Amino acid sequence: MAERSFAREVQDLKLTAGQEFRGEGILAVTKALLQSGVGYVAGYQGAPISHLMDVLSDAQDIMADLGVHFEASASEASAASTLAASVMYPIRGAVTWKSTAGTNVASDALSNLASGGVMGGAVIVIGEDYGEGSSIMQERTHAFAMKSQMWLLDPRPNLPSIVRAVEDAFELSEASNTPVMLELRIRACHVHGSFIAKDNVKPKFTLAQALESPRRDTGRIVLPPASFIHEQEKIKQRWPAAVKFIRERGMNETFAGEHDDIGIILQGGMYNGVMRALQLFGLADIWGQSKIPLHVLNVTYPLIDEDLADFCRGKRAVLMVEEGQPDYLEQALHAILRKADVPTRLCGKDVLPMGGEYTALVLVDGLRKFLDRHAPALLRDARTPPDPGPVLRSDAVKALLPVVPPRPPSFCTGCPERPIFSAMKLVQQELGEHHVAADIGCHLFSINAPFNIGATTMGYGLGASSAAAMQVKAGKRPISVMGDGGFWHNGLASGVSNAVFNKHDGVILLVDNHYSAATGGQDIPSSRAANVSRSTNHPIEAAVRGVGATWVKRIDNTYSVAKMRDTLREALTTKDGGPKIVIAASECMLNRQRRERPQFNAAVKRGERRVKPRFGVDEDICTGDHACIRLSGCPSLSVKDSCDPLKEDPVAAIDNTCVGCGNCGEVAEAAVLCPSFYRADIVHNPSRFERFVDGIRNRIIGTLQRRRDASRLALA
Amino acid sequence: MDGSIQTFEKPVGIAILAMGGQGGGVLADWIVALAEAEGWFAQSTSVPGVAQRTGATIYYVEIMRPQPGRQPILSLMPVPGDVDVVIAAEMMEAGRAIQRGLVTPDKTTLIASSHRSLAVLEKAKPGDGRADAGTVAATATQVARRFLAADMQAMAERSGSVISAALFGALAGSAALPFGRDAFEATIRAAGVGVEGSLRAFAAGFASVSAAPEAKPAQAPAPAIISGGSEAERAELVRAVQRIEQDFPAPSRDMLRHGVRRLVDFQDAAYAHEYLDRVAGLLKLDSAGHGFALTAEAAKQIAVAMSYDDVIRVADLKTRSSRTARVRAEVAAKPDQLVGTTEFFHPRLEEICATLPVAWGLALERSDMWSGLVRKLFERGRRIQTGTLRGFLTLYAISALKPRRRTLLRHQREQAHLAAWLALVAQHAATDGRLGVELLKCRRLVKGYSDTHARGQSKFARVTGAVALLAGREDAAAWIRRLRDAALADEDGTMLEGALATVASLSLPEPVGTTS
Repeated sequence: MAERSFAREVQDLKLTAGQEFRGEGILAVTKALLQSGVGYVAGYQGAPISHLMDVLSDAQDIMADLGVHFEASASEASAASTLAASVMYPIRGAVTWKSTAGTNVASDALSNLASGGVMGGAVIVIGEDYGEGSSIMQERTHAFAMKSQMWLLDPRPNLPSIVRAVEDAFELSEASNTPVMLELRIRACHVHGSFIAKDNVKPKFTLAQALESPRRDTGRIVLPPASFIHEQEKIKQRWPAAVKFIRERGMNETFAGEHDDIGIILQGGMYNGVMRALQLFGLADIWGQSKIPLHVLNVTYPLIDEDLADFCRGKRAVLMVEEGQPDYLEQALHAILRKADVPTRLCGKDVLPMGGEYTALVLVDGLRKFLDRHAPALLRDARTPPDPGPVLRSDAVKALLPVVPPRPPSFCTGCPERPIFSAMKLVQQELGEHHVAADIGCHLFSINAPFNIGATTMGYGLGASSAAAMQVKAGKRPISVMGDGGFWHNGLASGVSNAVFNKHDGVILLVDNHYSAATGGQDIPSSRAANVSRSTNHPIEAAVRGVGATWVKRIDNTYSVAKMRDTLREALTTKDGGPKIVIAASECMLNRQRRERPQFNAAVKRGERRVKPRFGVDEDICTGDHACIRLSGCPSLSVKDSCDPLKEDPVAAIDNTCVGCGNCGEVAEAAVLCPSFYRADIVHNPSRFERFVDGIRNRIIGTLQRRRDASRLALA
Repeated sequence: MDGSIQTFEKPVGIAILAMGGQGGGVLADWIVALAEAEGWFAQSTSVPGVAQRTGATIYYVEIMRPQPGRQPILSLMPVPGDVDVVIAAEMMEAGRAIQRGLVTPDKTTLIASSHRSLAVLEKAKPGDGRADAGTVAATATQVARRFLAADMQAMAERSGSVISAALFGALAGSAALPFGRDAFEATIRAAGVGVEGSLRAFAAGFASVSAAPEAKPAQAPAPAIISGGSEAERAELVRAVQRIEQDFPAPSRDMLRHGVRRLVDFQDAAYAHEYLDRVAGLLKLDSAGHGFALTAEAAKQIAVAMSYDDVIRVADLKTRSSRTARVRAEVAAKPDQLVGTTEFFHPRLEEICATLPVAWGLALERSDMWSGLVRKLFERGRRIQTGTLRGFLTLYAISALKPRRRTLLRHQREQAHLAAWLALVAQHAATDGRLGVELLKCRRLVKGYSDTHARGQSKFARVTGAVALLAGREDAAAWIRRLRDAALADEDGTMLEGALATVASLSLPEPVGTTS
């Protein structure tokens, strides 16, 4: 079960021809897949395409009605391999993941797929995680398209264009026997818009038909001599077929403009940004009419040489707007113009930055430079775009620099991973700093304050293997961290099995929060919840023992900081050989709350007895040293002004977002911090007996308290 | 006529800056739904990514009055210098919006919740690391076309709703969008989740930006009321209060009253007199010329030092009737709900020795065998349920040791520490009043319990110890202040070590023959 439910959005997948679909870009893609008669969909979750996976997961009955098979793949490699069904059969398949992280993982399968080619349309929906909001290394998917010869679509970021691109992608794939990648940037994935729906289409050829009448052709298998023939096919047949289809279908768009001595060539994804920049100069209106001709590459690979040369011919200069580096398109365009003997000057990364997101200001700046060089008269007459520069340079704004604190992402309130790193911090206070190899997942937030733990991160599930070189005899052992998501993605083999086989001596800390939490709480093999469509409840402990690990300790309550600390200490100091595996298992609090809160409220409403824990701080006991915060960092544990004029520093305080996980009490106890924390157990619908006992207690305690109140000398 | 195309109309751009969990996405969805319901074209987008996990996210919405058969081309990101409305769900996020250039004087209505949600870096400092929201407000007033701020978080909490609803109300109240209040409220109703609470928060948000804030009436100081204790004790306390009025200068009296209140609560009226005696000792070195700064500071710091946080005080505070009531209020327990409390204690040998009479405590500390045994028997985490008779009586019994406090080891040690410190203060205050004040303020370094307390004391010793190198210098007081700030900046004292090294180099003889 994912963190977010798409029960409502799923209904939009049933819209029929002529109805309006309103929603997020990535949800429009799901509808477009069904409209295209897709036979199967697979993928691996990750921002910005997690919602696509979550919607499909919530839409399984609709998919079943259409005869569409859906898989939540174990990894992007699994997802890419799924497309093998389209090699020999006329079945349309789509897979999805975040890129380039996921494309890296999928590359082996993609190379093989692209070599042999496909019969049924094979589409890869790529969430291009680049620029603001990205959580991965800044690279481009474009290189993968080039090296394996897959087509790359980069549609204009509006829902009708995105939907059309999905539909065209299948046809292009089939026309050219080539897998097609459809790239959507982060903002395009999350853009809210609308399009007019079509009817969903059942796949013409089903997977069952394929199984019942299997076909084979050694010419499609990547092994010599076929592999050599594949390369020739790519050049001589598939490429020309693709070019023909793209031109005939008009997938790229040219928009005329009155100043046709210059022009702009842009990736489809850059269209809205470029149009806004033009609008700000008064060179375009809000309805899409530009005074400068535009050539929009909704297909960025392959480039259509003739079309590009035609667009440039007769122009003094064109501007290539290509986000990210290297400047593949600009280089190619230079070659195209040179070969076609077109003397048009080409601007690109000389007026725009080589790397980084092309934000509106960046585009405005680049456009200004381009116009200044090649159309100075136009620039002179143009409107002056707004400039925040003077405001940003003012003393008032400069005064904010030392004031506004950074706000890096961190563990949520009540996160079960927080106590793990509190414990690790306590162990390091005893045994000294250790080399910690981190991994991808929520646990990577340990690198930030207040924990400051973790030296490297090499990729999803690669925590343990990234400590492989560090397994030499030394005074301290290396620690590697891996989440359950990464573990099932590949870490069991690449990390744990590798460590057992190579007789590693270090500690592997497996963080088991019952979900692939960082990507939105999707289920994985070790998830505890019952899932009707997947087989879950396969313990990590059994898996690691299965690959030969012997020193394995499982802690089923990570909030027990002292136990966590003692287990880590033991793992770091034991004389036993082989990898020391600590499985720290407690449920992701975000998902737990989502699961339990409605149940709790319903039970209370029914009049059943329920206990809700919450934590608090006695502010007259807190001395304002904030040691607790340095070991916790919980968002609900903050500081506030003390009412006591004798206290200079703010005191700790817990706000009403506390979920009562107990970490602060445990930390205060384990680290011997202070007695200010208390846990309050609020009993809803207490039983009559409980009330009776409580009444007696209160009478006695109340009498004692009143006696003391009366005798206590006080100045008010 | 310039060469530009007339755009007829421009879209309205609305940027929302919120932290994970604040409902920034909900707010953006509401604005989109509102605009669409009013027949406008709306586009929204965001870059949540990992920022959903407590980090900051920007949501951006553009809305546009449509023309038949045409779709506007809208931006997927806010253009700095060209944003009509910025909504910040927290004060520092308002600051961040300004720093990103989203707020400009010719265009932007900035709506901000004035509450603070502290970043980890602000909270984790041993001292007060909180960023100054006043600076952000001052800047916002200068750079926004309109700056509307109120504590939307508090409004939301009072309404039993979330901040997004209060912000939506403030957006309606700001009249920055061309839609009526009814249309806004209809959007909340149509969303159908937590409607009543959301509408209450909406109304509060609406009113907060459309009505002038009420002026708070100034509070008159409450007259001194003495209660409890025997008649003799009350008389003694009356004398203490009289002493404040008669023997001490006006600038110190407020703090002295706080001090007396704290110490009579901590121990008894005689203890309050001891306190006044100590402050009086420093008053002799003080003068009106310095505004009696030394006395006022002594009134504060000596009170803090004399009311040290021992086991007895903690047990006393945890068993009071006022505390029971406060906990119920803090956790918002309803009358028909029971509340049980659990306290987290971790007694160590040190605390046990400190709570014994001097001779016993020292003997136990010295004996390896006995301390080992006590450690084994008592040193572990203890959870005491103060709601049960057993738990309550345990703490109640410990707090009953209060009358014997003066005979215990901890008291003796605190007294010695206090005496040495005050002697040091007196020694330097006689010649350098400001240095005396700074040395008094160093007491702020001693806080926390167990290890934290020990670290604090060590920092205190190092900072006050540096006075030996600094005394006589014109800037001695400034240096002590710098050292103290450094000590409060981090936990392990790295900054302090650096600052102390600088101080040590100050006292080195000037190098000869170099020209630098």
